[in-house]
Amino acid sequence: MSTPGRPKGESLSAQREGSPVSAQREGSPVSAQREGSPVSAQRENGPSTAVRDAHVPGAVLLAAESVSRRFGGLVAVDQVSLQLVRGAVHAVIGTNGAGKSTLINVLSGELAPTGGRVTLLGADATRWSQPRRAQAGLGRSYQRTTIFPTFTVRENCRLAAQARLQRPWAIGSAAKSCTTSTAAADAALERAGLTAEAARIAGALSHGAKRQLEIAMCLATAPQVLLLDEPLAGMGAEETDRMLLLLARLKDGHAILLVEHDMDAVFRIADRITVMVNGKVIASDAPAAIRASAEVQTAYLGEAAAATDGH
Amino acid sequence: MRAHALAAALVAAAIVALAAFPFVGGKFALDLVTKIMITAIFALSLELIVGRAGLVSFGHAAFFGIAAYVAALLTPQSGPASFWLLLPACVLAAGAYALAVGALSLRTRGVYFIMVTLAFAQMAYYVFHDTKLGGGSDGIYLNFRPALAIGGLTLLDLDNARNFYWFVLGALAVVFGFLALLARSRFGHALAGIKANEQRMRAAGFRTYDYKLAAFVISAMLAGVAGLLYALKDGFVNPEIMSWHQSGAVLLMIILGGIGHLRGAVLGAFAFALLQELFQSQAIFGSFAKHWQLSLGLTIVFFVALLPQGLIGIGQVRTRLRSRATLGAGA
Repeated sequence: MSTPGRPKGESLSAQREGSPVSAQREGSPVSAQREGSPVSAQRENGPSTAVRDAHVPGAVLLAAESVSRRFGGLVAVDQVSLQLVRGAVHAVIGTNGAGKSTLINVLSGELAPTGGRVTLLGADATRWSQPRRAQAGLGRSYQRTTIFPTFTVRENCRLAAQARLQRPWAIGSAAKSCTTSTAAADAALERAGLTAEAARIAGALSHGAKRQLEIAMCLATAPQVLLLDEPLAGMGAEETDRMLLLLARLKDGHAILLVEHDMDAVFRIADRITVMVNGKVIASDAPAAIRASAEVQTAYLGEAAAATDGH
Repeated sequence: MRAHALAAALVAAAIVALAAFPFVGGKFALDLVTKIMITAIFALSLELIVGRAGLVSFGHAAFFGIAAYVAALLTPQSGPASFWLLLPACVLAAGAYALAVGALSLRTRGVYFIMVTLAFAQMAYYVFHDTKLGGGSDGIYLNFRPALAIGGLTLLDLDNARNFYWFVLGALAVVFGFLALLARSRFGHALAGIKANEQRMRAAGFRTYDYKLAAFVISAMLAGVAGLLYALKDGFVNPEIMSWHQSGAVLLMIILGGIGHLRGAVLGAFAFALLQELFQSQAIFGSFAKHWQLSLGLTIVFFVALLPQGLIGIGQVRTRLRSRATLGAGA
């Protein structure tokens, strides 16, 4: 059994090298403003203190309090509470239909919760639309790869970065000459290890590279919170390793929610694990404790854990 | 890059050729090309939402027609109105209706969007058809083309057919240039992103509804420019110009020309109108000319089947055939 949490010391060195995206961001005037999270600061009753704290590792960037989502008679997400903190990967595991994707949809604003409260960077974001939450610093990937297949890899990221500096009225200037968004795109591509593919058409990439691209597109928008819905689905061993390395690097500076079926990967990368069954959280603890929990064993992990232990 | 330069050269050559046309063309041809250029502006306006943003509107004739009616209604019986009054009035009227239609219809998608835009256009059609507002089904006359003047100084006498032709050509060039700028701007790229994957755009932080509504209104305002010019050209407006046939015809034009390209919309408008003239010609088709809709329809089906990317894709078909031939020779 591999040590849960860290893939062989690589993440440590990765953390030290710092992030090109945030470094670039902090330098420019736009990002200086954005660091104060313009949308939330301007609109809502000022999350000032919380946002300042948000730069400290361990700060709670996103919190769900008793969040529920009902579809008619079905309670897909039932009173779920969790906190995402900067510098940590919080994995959510559970069988198919446990409500993991619905939870991500509620947190990202694609679905309105039928109950509970979502706090993003200290501001009550429960009623915020998805674009507004994205503007405030929330990025997400989808279970089914969601990119612009007909655009080049670079344009995929550049367009995502443009969300930060939309200026739709600036008709006179070409989108591609926007240095801020091209620089953010190139930095995100480099971080995701896709620089060599920048000129290719996104639809022609391998499955693994498309998943990487989707994460690069998230990074291009300079998010603080990342919600990743099964980023490892359908990947081979080598692609999985590459993605886990990327995620380990992203821990620094981001709060990450990871929904994943690959238990081996989850125990390698997660700092905290929440187990969902039928929409409810049955356990939420450090990986070692989750692995040891009898309740989790019977409810879900059972065979998977036994199989992993056998290795 | 070479393809870009070639395209720009072709557009420039087309503008020069069109500008020179009044010196060689007769009265009938001048009138026909003026009409086609107005239709091309209309097709370009639809291309913005269909080709760029992926919103298939089946009610675009409403905006064209509303602007034409506003031009006719604002022109006094006794003399010309100022162009500087008519232009903003027509464009804003079309834009205002589009704001209402778009605000409601953009909450739906796909085939529902098509049906809702069609319904709103038919509503506008029946308002003008069944009320005395614009002369009912008989239509309304506009007896004077507006004066294009600044401070009493006439810039261009629009009553002259050649002048009016050049004026329409100028409007076509301006609309084309504006849409070309829009396509390369952040706004245009955002629309392309919405067409390619709206979910991703929202996840990145774009309020896609606002973008689509803005595009819808801009598109309707440009259709309003075409509607105004149409009313000025013939001096007569009736409800048929806003019927669903017109919405369908303009949609066919951009499909025929090649969706996703500004040049395609202009090419489609010319091809559609010239084919219509051809099949309506009794000199060529004799008594069958009265069934021109059948021959036109079949020809369009033929073209679309042969050139799925529209007339703009002719070059690619040739390259494809050539590469297939070379492959065959190599094997």
